Amino acid sequence: MIGFVARRTLWTALVMFVITVLVFVIFFKIPGVDPARSLAGRNPSPQVLQEIRHQFGLDRPFPVQYLIMMKKLFITRDLVSYSNQGQLVVPEIAAATPATLSLVFGAAVIWVLLAIAMGVAAAVLRGTWLDPLLMILALIGISMPVFWLGEVANLITQAKLHQTFLFSWVPPLGYTPLSQNPLLWFEGLIIPWITLSILYIGLYARVLRGSLIETGNEDYVRTARAKGISERQVLLRHTLRTSMISFVSLFGLDFGVLVGGGALLTEVVFDIHGVGYLTYQSLSNLDLPVIMATVVYGAFFIVLANTLVDVGYAWLDPRVRIS
Amino acid sequence: MTATAAPPGAVAAAAPAARNPWAIAARRLWRNRIAMASLLLFALIVIVSLAAPLYAHDVAHVNPFAVNLNGITVVGGHTVPIMQQGGGVLKLGETPIGPTWDPGHYLLGADNLGRDVMARLLYGGRSSLEIGIGSALICCVIATVVALIAGFFGGMTDALLSRLMDLIWAFPVYLLAISISTVLLTSSGGLQIGPVHLVAGSMWLPTLIIAFIYVPYVYRPVRGQVLSVVNREYVQASVAQGASNLRLIFSEILPNVVTVVIVLFPLMIATNILTESALSFLSIGVQPPNASWGTIINDGQQLLYTRPWVSIAPGIMIVLTVLSLNVLGDGVRDALDPRAKLR
Repeated sequence: MIGFVARRTLWTALVMFVITVLVFVIFFKIPGVDPARSLAGRNPSPQVLQEIRHQFGLDRPFPVQYLIMMKKLFITRDLVSYSNQGQLVVPEIAAATPATLSLVFGAAVIWVLLAIAMGVAAAVLRGTWLDPLLMILALIGISMPVFWLGEVANLITQAKLHQTFLFSWVPPLGYTPLSQNPLLWFEGLIIPWITLSILYIGLYARVLRGSLIETGNEDYVRTARAKGISERQVLLRHTLRTSMISFVSLFGLDFGVLVGGGALLTEVVFDIHGVGYLTYQSLSNLDLPVIMATVVYGAFFIVLANTLVDVGYAWLDPRVRIS
Repeated sequence: MTATAAPPGAVAAAAPAARNPWAIAARRLWRNRIAMASLLLFALIVIVSLAAPLYAHDVAHVNPFAVNLNGITVVGGHTVPIMQQGGGVLKLGETPIGPTWDPGHYLLGADNLGRDVMARLLYGGRSSLEIGIGSALICCVIATVVALIAGFFGGMTDALLSRLMDLIWAFPVYLLAISISTVLLTSSGGLQIGPVHLVAGSMWLPTLIIAFIYVPYVYRPVRGQVLSVVNREYVQASVAQGASNLRLIFSEILPNVVTVVIVLFPLMIATNILTESALSFLSIGVQPPNASWGTIINDGQQLLYTRPWVSIAPGIMIVLTVLSLNVLGDGVRDALDPRAKLR
């Protein structure tokens, strides 16, 4: 186990290093791109361009440029946004994180509960008309672009039916911090939570159903049935328990991706000013320092989440440690 | 490969007549009513989208790419301006005309620039499908070639290529696409690779970016399949006959891994269409004046509460297309690999 963790940690470090190099190459070295002009935002003055060239050492060798960039991102954390009056980028990202975490945590609770309910129901009801119906619903959930679903949700809850008792409780778009007003925080996030979770409910229900049916054919499950254990116990103690291993590892990966920037589209549609929204704003201002920082920090978070999932997986399932 | 589908009247008793595995798979797919219905739906969407110029020129008589703020049209026999003063909920400013449900006169209404939404929807479908299918093709070809090389030569080659793929995959898909797109769009010159020059507004940019980011996703299962056939007896028999590496790869191994790619292909088109729409919605995919379903949803964002159809219609098209491809993908998998049905 220690050997596995050591190998995995080394790999994580390597991946993080390559990600920073890749981001650096994408933002500084793509042929035909002038990095000073890209970093400076729209219509920069010659003085600003000159200053950027000097600050980022763009006239110096490639490895020096890379090191300067990394120092600005991680050590001094004084990367500034030129489009936004010299706003410090890294603290800005830190300030946006609670909104993203609130959105993703709530959605995760909904999608895990509903996906388990739906997957188990479909597997248990296999052979009846309810199984294909549930799976078609899951497929529709997977096939909807989340930003469009969010707009439709807004149309229903903010305009058409907002006057009726059904949705009159929905506050206007935006995010209220939990510390400021817990009730408003909760009410404002319900619709975004549901919107974000629908894709994952469909995805996870399909995976869980497949896995439940597959493990249902295993010898040890047959043995359990032969011993005379009730179907309920077989499901809870044998098939569902085994199927949850892949479910949990999938969950770790998707959770990491969402916190690391994947919730961007949902944040934009619901005007939740999290990390993804920050990236989006910078996209419209062509504010590359911010995009670069959110991409690197987001990618780091995702890689860390992947490592944690793998270590947890190896801890649960000894077969993984060896291969 | 005479993969002709059986006639609809064919019964199970006649099954042994088809010995060719492709014919058996095709017949199985043909019998799967839901999969065939979704194939029909997808074909219909493709045909309708291809007919976009026909609709714009001969039915609607509009130019869907030109700003048209002073245009007029006919509704119920009356001539009305396309941009209406004080329309909408607030009765303020200018609001484009809403759906008329008349194919000749702004069927789905107009957008903020007075352009016919229906015509743009069809043109947008063309872009979305071109990018989705094109990037899926490029992605599958690159992934298959890399997987064949890695699996066939094994050892160091395999280790290096597989680690490289792991590294690309460790990078979050959307963040990778966003970084590449922003940089390429901010540079006025577009992308210059050797003699090939792609301008910033070119459809090739989103196509290539999307193809690139999903290569590792297709690579993994294909490499697994290559590894499982590379040491089979028929490959060794071919080695004993003195076949060259190229011949081994293309005549012995490729035909036995291609089913994996075929199963993944419709699913990749679906994934890529969703990715393209997300990038275009963030305005880093298809660039104006071109349209795609994602850009139209973006255009409709400001009109959401007054003219909801501008955003709703392209979303419905995306859902129908992606859903039909997902169902078709499930059907193709069941047809090519009946054992998978147990899972």
